Amino acid sequence: MSGETAETLAVTGNEATAEAMRQIDPDVVCAYPITPQTEVVQLYAQMVADGKVTSEFVTVESEHSAMSAVIGSAAGGARTMTATSSQGLALMWELLYVASSYRLPIVMTTVNRALSGPINIHCDHSDSMGARDSGWIQLYGENHQQAYDNCLQAVRIAEHMDVRTPVMHMYDGYVISGAIGPLVMLPDRKAKDFIGPFRAVNPLLDPKRPVTIGPFDGLHGWYFEHKVSQNRAMDRALRVIQDVADEYAELTGRHYGLLDPYRLDDAEIAIIVAGSTAGTTRMIVDKLRARGVKAGMARLRVFRPFPHAAYAKALEHVKVVGVMDRADSFGAMGGPVFLEVRAALYDSDPRPQVLPFVYGLGGRDIFPDNIEQAFAVLEKAARSKKPASIERRYLNLRED
Amino acid sequence: MSAAKKPRWDVSDIDTWGPDKHELGATIPVAGNSEEVETGGWRSQIPVIDSGKCTGCMLCYFYCPDASIVIEDGKAVGIDEKHCKGCGICAHECPADAISMKIEEKG
Repeated sequence: MSGETAETLAVTGNEATAEAMRQIDPDVVCAYPITPQTEVVQLYAQMVADGKVTSEFVTVESEHSAMSAVIGSAAGGARTMTATSSQGLALMWELLYVASSYRLPIVMTTVNRALSGPINIHCDHSDSMGARDSGWIQLYGENHQQAYDNCLQAVRIAEHMDVRTPVMHMYDGYVISGAIGPLVMLPDRKAKDFIGPFRAVNPLLDPKRPVTIGPFDGLHGWYFEHKVSQNRAMDRALRVIQDVADEYAELTGRHYGLLDPYRLDDAEIAIIVAGSTAGTTRMIVDKLRARGVKAGMARLRVFRPFPHAAYAKALEHVKVVGVMDRADSFGAMGGPVFLEVRAALYDSDPRPQVLPFVYGLGGRDIFPDNIEQAFAVLEKAARSKKPASIERRYLNLRED
Repeated sequence: MSAAKKPRWDVSDIDTWGPDKHELGATIPVAGNSEEVETGGWRSQIPVIDSGKCTGCMLCYFYCPDASIVIEDGKAVGIDEKHCKGCGICAHECPADAISMKIEEKG
């Protein structure tokens, strides 16, 4: 793959991501090379061995060390990337917070897979949703093309001086990561021009201007102020994410927003869903529309920062919103996306009903019928005079 | 200190800084300023040096983790109270029993 033509390639999601990384050619890639790692770093290691990229490729003994090495590298002043999945992301946990609090513009691919236990290696969003408060920007892709597109855009978002916050971008394990789908790449030169040169801020490896990164904050220090600073960067990131998407659209003709609505303008019922299931949901929207049902949907693209205002505006006219979560928040009112969407609509008048659905945990299949069942719940709630129960509805759960 | 020109990072009013004034990621953008942190405030005991017993072996000086032993004419004569944390290593190491630790009364 030379990436010099606009032909459509047939690749796995992991290959699409590795190709994006090849074009980015970061200074350093640190990764744990064994399961639960994905093919992404294996493919990238091959590119390093073949001399297709100039990256320093550092293999480490654990994902905890991978993120530690990534932090050291980024603090040193290098454009740095890594990839992970599932338990690997879980093992990185404490370092995720360190990376974001140091404001290092790291980009990490996270292939969405379940967390143990029971031991399960299949797709769900538990891994990245668990990391939603670690201070990283989160982009969710739907398919192979978006795995590639988000990877390139993530670099620009993370490195923007109004943001300077690490970005993880996700796509569904197996469904996208291991299965083959279409990809159109930018020519290498155009991709590199889009990415642009890396600018380090206060790099450790500048002997003329020595700095201390990660100091003890003092016994009565400024931790609180630094956390607020991180949150302000998140707020600013919303505009940067859209600006970068718009610039990318000029280059590729592929448009991305903070969320990705479909037949939503006049919808009375709508589903919010992240990842590969968005495609199946669109098919059901079309099927219901053909029957005269005013159904619509929006695919979640940006989860951190959560674009509350954009959701409130996009859904203001909808009677009943169903939120499909592929991760759960045990003991909460619903899954992570549900909680955000419901909060985003609290100030709407009239306020749409927002109902929680949970699906696909541990790779459980999500069939078109299951999504029709969800829409049927929304339709019934839209017709009813009484508000519907906000208990979770589980799609394709085996029940006694 | 004979350092020619140390870059300045004025933190005299840092207690009033809000979230936007701090350096990105809490980085300290200049070097060689650890002496500005007055760790002496952590101390509950203070070393008292009997210079008459001091043999000038300098062990206290080398062991002190905070470079807080003051040496004059080859003998220990006092401590840097701004930085001595009161750990007592000097008293423990002194072969001449010239250093003892005393509870420090604070007003």
